[in-house]
Amino acid sequence: MSTRPVTSRLNLGSAPRRNVRTPTRASRHRRHTLIALTFLAPSALPLLVFSLIPMVRAMWTSLHKWNLIGPMRWVGFDNYVQLVKDPDTRAAFGHTVYYIVGYFPLVFVGGLALALALNRAMRGRNFVRGLYFLPVVTSWIAVALVWRWLLNPSVGIVNKVLEAVGIDGPGWWTDPSWAMPSIIFASAWKDLGFVMVILLAGLQTIPVDVQEAATIDGAGAWRRLWSVTLPLLTPSIFFVVIISLINGFQVFDQVYALTGGGPAGSSEVVVQRIYDLTFRYGQAGTASALSWLLVVVVLAVTLIQMRGEKKWVTYV
Amino acid sequence: MSSHTHTRTRTRTRAGTIALNSIVVIGALAMVFPFVWTLSTSLTHGAGLSATPSLIPSHPSLDGYRELFTRTPFARVVLNSIGLAVAITVAQLVTSTLAAYGFSRFEFRGKKAIFATYLATMMVPFQVLLVPLFVLMRDLKLLDTYLGVLLPSIASAFGVFLLRQAMNTIPRELDEAATLDGAGHFRIFSRIIVPNMLPALATLSVFAFMSSWNSFLWPLIILRSDDHKTLPLALASLQGQFTTQWDVIMAGSIVSIIPMLTLYIFAQKYIIQGVAGSGLK
Repeated sequence: MSTRPVTSRLNLGSAPRRNVRTPTRASRHRRHTLIALTFLAPSALPLLVFSLIPMVRAMWTSLHKWNLIGPMRWVGFDNYVQLVKDPDTRAAFGHTVYYIVGYFPLVFVGGLALALALNRAMRGRNFVRGLYFLPVVTSWIAVALVWRWLLNPSVGIVNKVLEAVGIDGPGWWTDPSWAMPSIIFASAWKDLGFVMVILLAGLQTIPVDVQEAATIDGAGAWRRLWSVTLPLLTPSIFFVVIISLINGFQVFDQVYALTGGGPAGSSEVVVQRIYDLTFRYGQAGTASALSWLLVVVVLAVTLIQMRGEKKWVTYV
Repeated sequence: MSSHTHTRTRTRTRAGTIALNSIVVIGALAMVFPFVWTLSTSLTHGAGLSATPSLIPSHPSLDGYRELFTRTPFARVVLNSIGLAVAITVAQLVTSTLAAYGFSRFEFRGKKAIFATYLATMMVPFQVLLVPLFVLMRDLKLLDTYLGVLLPSIASAFGVFLLRQAMNTIPRELDEAATLDGAGHFRIFSRIIVPNMLPALATLSVFAFMSSWNSFLWPLIILRSDDHKTLPLALASLQGQFTTQWDVIMAGSIVSIIPMLTLYIFAQKYIIQGVAGSGLK
């Protein structure tokens, strides 16, 4: 306990009353900090225990061989070296990149077109926006089941419709060459509304008078889109690119529920591999190393994007 | 420009507008079609066994739902999901508002560094925490418990960030006036801060609820027994149990979608605002 209260009580006789009730600057400062930390504690402690410390532990684990049960054995960077050489891991990165490359153009072009179309005056606009956003709030597992049903090779509606127009529909999630395209298609459907909303928010920050000025200058609709709207929308587009890339590298739920990584591992992505390494093969060290490898890749891609930002993103 | 050509361009743009609007509406219907199809499948007894069901079931039946609730502990599963989502939402609201107040209304040494650390935890993908968190929960004997699912989500750096931004827009003069009137932190907090940031609190509630309701990977690792499972987990295992009984599986999907859908209809404004707001840096 601090002795300060005692000293101030001793001063009581000589000092003016006011001084007793006003603590010194330093002690007031300390009390202030203490109160602030009390407000922070309920969130700081959980974040420390369930986020920061595990982060460090994951780093430590990645330098060991460990089956989650027995003792850990130090191997240095062996896990990393092994992973870089491992064909399955390379394949998993390959599938993840395949996913991103297929998914992003779909969701971006679709989302942009929708945002532009739904930024105009239109009756029932909010309702229509709401419909497009609906899949975003639904759980991936429910959505994946729905798509497994729609794309069911034998009785699914999609193949029935294709059959009606004379096309023999593929085994969407049973054929190795169609598994990833099916995942991509379902993901684009689910995330379209998300991209639309972010771009809509961006469109609404573009001042109306800029558009009007361009119209007065004789710019047609396409010209306005290309020379005014899109350049002013680049900050939001940049955000969409970054978020899509980060989420793309971490794709898991839909793969797990749609194909489970199959058939024949044709759609196994990085996070699925982390999960399998940990809980199926008991290689916690390798799994932790792979998770850090994923972080490094995501970070590198994000930094490259940020570096390129100045070249094409216009901030007003 | 003669008035003649003027009218012609106007009719042309009008036709274009109608065409564009139709495309947008047709697209929206296509978007919703999978949900409608799910609903009609769930009402078709024996769907998936032989033929493709029709969009409007000729003999609607609730057998799928009956089977779902009698042959699996689905009612319990729904309650688990609701309970966890509510607990996580309340916990995040409390911890985030308190922290936001600390960051917004106090000056203290190391504040910037601490705030930066909060933000840093947002950048770490959950996969990195998978192994250490699993081991931690195992050591704490929390595997297959609700607490094990709940604990890592009681604080959210995103929530703190969101609420701090909102709190910074509330003028400090209000607090100062209250302090002069003799109000303590608790009074200021409950009478000034909280009532002034209800929209932000609503946004955070919706996000916390939604992410808990839909979360899959972490509950998948923690929860084992069937009657402890949450909705996404139970849904994922329906397929193994009812391989071709698509009416039962789709009934499960409908049951999992309806609570979120209801919340969405009421909170659409906050959901869309929240998503868009997070997109504006």
